[in-house]
Amino acid sequence: MSRLKLTLLQILVAVVSLGIWHMFTTYPVFGKMLLPPFFFSNPLDVAQQIVKWFATGVIWKHLYVTLMEAMLAFAIGSVGGVLVGFWFARQPRTAAVFDPYVKMANALPRVVLAPIFTLWFGLGIWSKVALGITLVFFIVFFNVYQGVKEVSPTVLANARMLGMNERQLMRHVYWPSALSWMFSSLHTSVGFAVVGAVVGEYLGSAAGLGYLIQQAEGVFDVAGVFAGMFVLAAFVIAIDIVVTSIEKRLLVWRPVVGDARP
Amino acid sequence: MAETAAASAPAITTEAAIALNGVDVAFRLADGGVYRAVANATLNVADGEFVSIVGPTGCGKSTLLNIAAGLLAPAAGHVDIFGATLASLNRQAGYLFQADALFPWKTALENVAIGLETAGTPQAEARARAADWLSRVGLGSFGDRYPHMLSGGQRKRIGLAQVLIRDPKILLMDEPFGPLDAQTRQIMGNLLLDLWNADRKAVLFVTHDLEEAIALSDRVVIMSAGPAARIIGDWRVKLSRPRDIAEIKLDPAFHELHREIWQMLKSEVIKGYAQTEGR
Repeated sequence: MSRLKLTLLQILVAVVSLGIWHMFTTYPVFGKMLLPPFFFSNPLDVAQQIVKWFATGVIWKHLYVTLMEAMLAFAIGSVGGVLVGFWFARQPRTAAVFDPYVKMANALPRVVLAPIFTLWFGLGIWSKVALGITLVFFIVFFNVYQGVKEVSPTVLANARMLGMNERQLMRHVYWPSALSWMFSSLHTSVGFAVVGAVVGEYLGSAAGLGYLIQQAEGVFDVAGVFAGMFVLAAFVIAIDIVVTSIEKRLLVWRPVVGDARP
Repeated sequence: MAETAAASAPAITTEAAIALNGVDVAFRLADGGVYRAVANATLNVADGEFVSIVGPTGCGKSTLLNIAAGLLAPAAGHVDIFGATLASLNRQAGYLFQADALFPWKTALENVAIGLETAGTPQAEARARAADWLSRVGLGSFGDRYPHMLSGGQRKRIGLAQVLIRDPKILLMDEPFGPLDAQTRQIMGNLLLDLWNADRKAVLFVTHDLEEAIALSDRVVIMSAGPAARIIGDWRVKLSRPRDIAEIKLDPAFHELHREIWQMLKSEVIKGYAQTEGR
């Protein structure tokens, strides 16, 4: 399929979906609204709301807050995950001692932590950052741990025969291997950082996309809720594009999917 | 440089480069028992000598190489490298592995240079010498490729350059050309002989291919089937050098030797095969 044709088909899906949404929320079928506008709003109102947000510039502050929260959560969670992942992988005894607690903490649904974080860190950005960290940390931690553990024994033996000491092994073998695993989960961990921020905002805050959606919901402003969701979706896609380009640059040494055995 | 080394330390050449003295190799099994892979192996490789170990699959040839590399400690006996008993990693040896051992996150050039860089050679000099080695193995224009972009044969060439750039006194090779196709193996064999001819390192070469062993080596050592594999034969290959792998196989002396060794190897191969099948 050509690039142009693909894009056209993709746009067609959006047009048809919006068209159906518009039809059923605007025109009654046999005297009955299939999608009552009160619950489903309609595309025009939602578009109007979005345009209004951008025209008045209200949205920028909220986008900025959510972006800050997500980035801080991602950065701190990643650094923590890398450090602990390395530490556990190189110290199997420590890992064995902490193993049940790591599993326990990871099994906990993070949403229940949100009220506690709000109590501890207040309604500002840090309670959301904390929530994001608890999500990002475990993804990065497990991947780095795995990456260090799964270094090919042959590559390791080769490195040692080439005269590498412990520090050089760390730099030339363990670190690149762990990084490649971490980057393979980059999309997931960045996504979770945003989830942490938005869910945290939704549960109690004074700014951010989650706050916008929650506010609209509070006054039954369905158009506002949908508008918030669309802005959030566009925001996540934009971040994903950035992540993809970073990934491409950093992992040039890896075979492209389809190029080698899966 | 080779001359000064020879002149200042003439005593070294009288010692065997590798001396395995009554080496036992044993592994602890999951059920608590002990598997004795190799029993009482004694083998000398002189400086500048090319020795191949041939044996049936699973007889512990590779294990013996790991012992000589110091990656594995013998359960009994000891290994002397140029007269000094080996206690840890063998710093005088370069090791070419059977499996892919290149660093996938480094380019071909970086892979070759890394052994010098970690030893403290300035990066620019290490890279320049690596580029030189790349052209010696015929991959001069492939320096910026990553291993996954190269064929199996090309990766082996990089591996060879990676090991040889450090100029080890001993070269350990574990079925290095095993995964390659027949033509590539022949080309790689000739490349290896060319490089080896330049400075005649001591080589311990493990293979299951008797023809390859005879064509390359000064001596061919035969191991019995495991467990408790022993060294059961030791032949001197009196074929002239320099050799061409393809041509030497047409030499009547080659056939004579091949027939002689194969008589002994055949029964061991059948034994070894029966055991791996039965497992």
